[in-house]
Amino acid sequence: MTMIHFEKFLLKNGLRVLVHRDTSTPMAVLNILYDVGARDESPEKTGFAHLFEHLMFGGSTNISDFETPLQLAGGENNAFTTNDLTNYYIQLPAENIETAFWLESDRMLSLAFDEKSLEVQRKVVSEEFKEHYINKPYGDVWFKMRELAYTVHPYRWMTIGKELSHIENAQLIDVKNFFYTHYRPANAVLVIAGNVQVESVYQLAEKWFGNIPSGKKYNRHLTPEPKQTKARKLEVRADVPLDALYKCYHMGARLDKDYHAVDLITEVLGSGDSSRLQQALVKEKKLFSNIECYHTGSTDAGLVVIEGKLIKGVSMEQAEIAIEEEITKTKTEKITDKELTKVKNKTESAILFEDMSVMNRATNLAMYELLGDANMMNTELEKYQAVTTEDILTASQQVFEHNNSNTLQYYSNN
Amino acid sequence: MLNRKIAPKITDAVAFNLVLPPYQKYILKNGVELYTVDLGAQDTLMLNWVFFAGNCYEEKNLVANATNYLLRNGTSKRNSFALNEHFEYYGAYLNRQCQNETAEISLHCLNKHVNELLPVVAELIADSTFPLEELEIYKKNMHQRLQVNLKKNDFVAGRLIEAYLFGKEHPYGKYSALEDYTFLQQEEIKDFYRKYYQNGRCIIFAAGKLPETLVKEIEHHFGSLNLHTSKKPEYNIQHIITPAVEKKYTVTNDPNGVQGAIRIARNFPNRHHPDFQKMQVLNNVFGGFFGSRLMENIREDKGYTYGIYSYLLNQIQESALLISTEAGSEVCQATIKEIYKEMRALCDEPIDEEELQTTRNFMIGTLLGDLDGPFHVAGRWKSILLNNLDENYFYNGINTIKTITPEELQALANKYLHPEEFFELVVT
Repeated sequence: MTMIHFEKFLLKNGLRVLVHRDTSTPMAVLNILYDVGARDESPEKTGFAHLFEHLMFGGSTNISDFETPLQLAGGENNAFTTNDLTNYYIQLPAENIETAFWLESDRMLSLAFDEKSLEVQRKVVSEEFKEHYINKPYGDVWFKMRELAYTVHPYRWMTIGKELSHIENAQLIDVKNFFYTHYRPANAVLVIAGNVQVESVYQLAEKWFGNIPSGKKYNRHLTPEPKQTKARKLEVRADVPLDALYKCYHMGARLDKDYHAVDLITEVLGSGDSSRLQQALVKEKKLFSNIECYHTGSTDAGLVVIEGKLIKGVSMEQAEIAIEEEITKTKTEKITDKELTKVKNKTESAILFEDMSVMNRATNLAMYELLGDANMMNTELEKYQAVTTEDILTASQQVFEHNNSNTLQYYSNN
Repeated sequence: MLNRKIAPKITDAVAFNLVLPPYQKYILKNGVELYTVDLGAQDTLMLNWVFFAGNCYEEKNLVANATNYLLRNGTSKRNSFALNEHFEYYGAYLNRQCQNETAEISLHCLNKHVNELLPVVAELIADSTFPLEELEIYKKNMHQRLQVNLKKNDFVAGRLIEAYLFGKEHPYGKYSALEDYTFLQQEEIKDFYRKYYQNGRCIIFAAGKLPETLVKEIEHHFGSLNLHTSKKPEYNIQHIITPAVEKKYTVTNDPNGVQGAIRIARNFPNRHHPDFQKMQVLNNVFGGFFGSRLMENIREDKGYTYGIYSYLLNQIQESALLISTEAGSEVCQATIKEIYKEMRALCDEPIDEEELQTTRNFMIGTLLGDLDGPFHVAGRWKSILLNNLDENYFYNGINTIKTITPEELQALANKYLHPEEFFELVVT
């Protein structure tokens, strides 16, 4: 696989800057990643990281209108928040890269903190909450599942917030405190990628970001989730057309040694139509109309998830037994060499397709840098390729322990 | 001293010279046209087999969809599992998609594996058997999936608005009822497959870092199949568009819902009409991106919604201008009022030069980003060719963006943006 080359430097205020040149594109991407996510919120004030992402577009201290100057420069932008991080990116013709520096550095310097902006974004986020979670069948699943699986760790609430009222009650003073705690150069990673020159990027970074006060480095002290010692179950009844089953199991953190083995287990079980769960439970036994297996991909210890919709007439018990059977197989027999090659090929393919886009490369470099080493961009594939069927067997036995399971039985009222 | 209040100098995107990289065209032994776009630095490939096998050719609801979906579910040599495993073993994605006029098979793979994959795709096109068991599973699972989707107001709104625009009998407007799945028969699917795939009209696209032997391999596997390029009589089906008479609709789908799905739409001519590309510019200002009139008013000022957009539908025979949003139930009527207000604003006031310049630069800048990479380029060519257009369409579009005047845009608004000519639907 071709190496993704990049250069890294550190500004005096602690801002990490990476540059990845790609002269095959006319575009440039500026990606800025802040080391703050929903996990950094207080339990009484959840949804802040995400609400804050919205507020970042409401004007900064010197620039009242973020969108128009960017559009004038031929650029587009977007952002997203997760439980772990908040990411902003701008893509625009490479000639106009300085506009991106101007915009992003000003809103790192200071937001405009406008009362009207907060009022509007509270409403917008409320509508987002309704659109994705209240007005959709099975929309409350992850609220309930997170609380079931996590008793202590902040992953127990969703990025959008634990409840609508937290967002509706957000105050400007909370917003200001949040900004000055987290949105500081010391807590950020800046990546510039595309048709750029390293030297000019360095100069632009110094020019626009250099004089922003570093702020205090945010030291995260989260209570780790204690090891789960007993299986947990929750029954829910709702006005949905079909019964659904959700099972999740605790796994290690992103940087744990067995991460890659666990990732491949989810591929073997649930990725693609020839995966074990698809073939056995949808095609052969006809117990589910669809079934998936994936993991949450979080930085701290995450969850392996198996979920599916039951065929009408199939009992929850039948469905559970069938899943247990497949899980037991992975714990007692090694997967075949053919399966192992398949999931490694799938991984290689997914990485290569993702890397086609300069925007994806920029975001991934930022995320790996936040994890501690941007060069993971080039070393992750070999870690996958080194996984053995023995590794998968061991990881499977650890993850799919019965006492490690959290089951949500979602019953249809109809 | 750094002055943060002054924006850095920019190069106006309208000054850029956009070029649509050309394709290479080959004609296979059976007359099938192959278009290739050889670009890119990664060892990735995309191949599309486009069949004229969309739902406009079916005699019964869902047959075209079912045929397209199930042709991956068994051949005389391999069963469904073996087929799935073959593609997945190589990390390849074999997808299919059924649309109105066309239905596609698409393959995404690493170019080192393509020679193992092409013969199996040929098998799907020549030798699919549509096993009864696979059909039964499909029927059951799709039925369940539709049950869940019908609970979603936005899903229901999407189907209804197109039925009003084009008529429930027209391929663009028709939608399936739950029972339609139970009526699907193996024989009619096999018939459809014989006619529109095995002996069907087909165009092939290939994009990426193309191996030297690719064209030869495609010729070898597909050049001798019964595919063709001609337009036999069965391809000349003309469906009549019959828009609904009634304009305003309120549908209750979820009594406990907290949001309504709003769809406001009017019929609009297709890409061949001179107004189409002009409307793309007007639409951009109106509701086509994050900084549009609709977004600035209804989301960023009033907070009624998480997102509101307007766009021209991607149909071949005839298009439509559609405004779409999910808004809080108690503010749906207020949202609709604001939408019409924004229409009137574009009719009454010409867009000022500054806003127009911003729109021009934004459209050109994003187009530049959109041409980045072989798959995007091939996608653009596919759209041009399937609409019976040529590269002039692309360059005319750019010219329109660069030169259209505020007066022309205002005239266009006055021609098309009359609230009473729009269908209005709220699904709560």
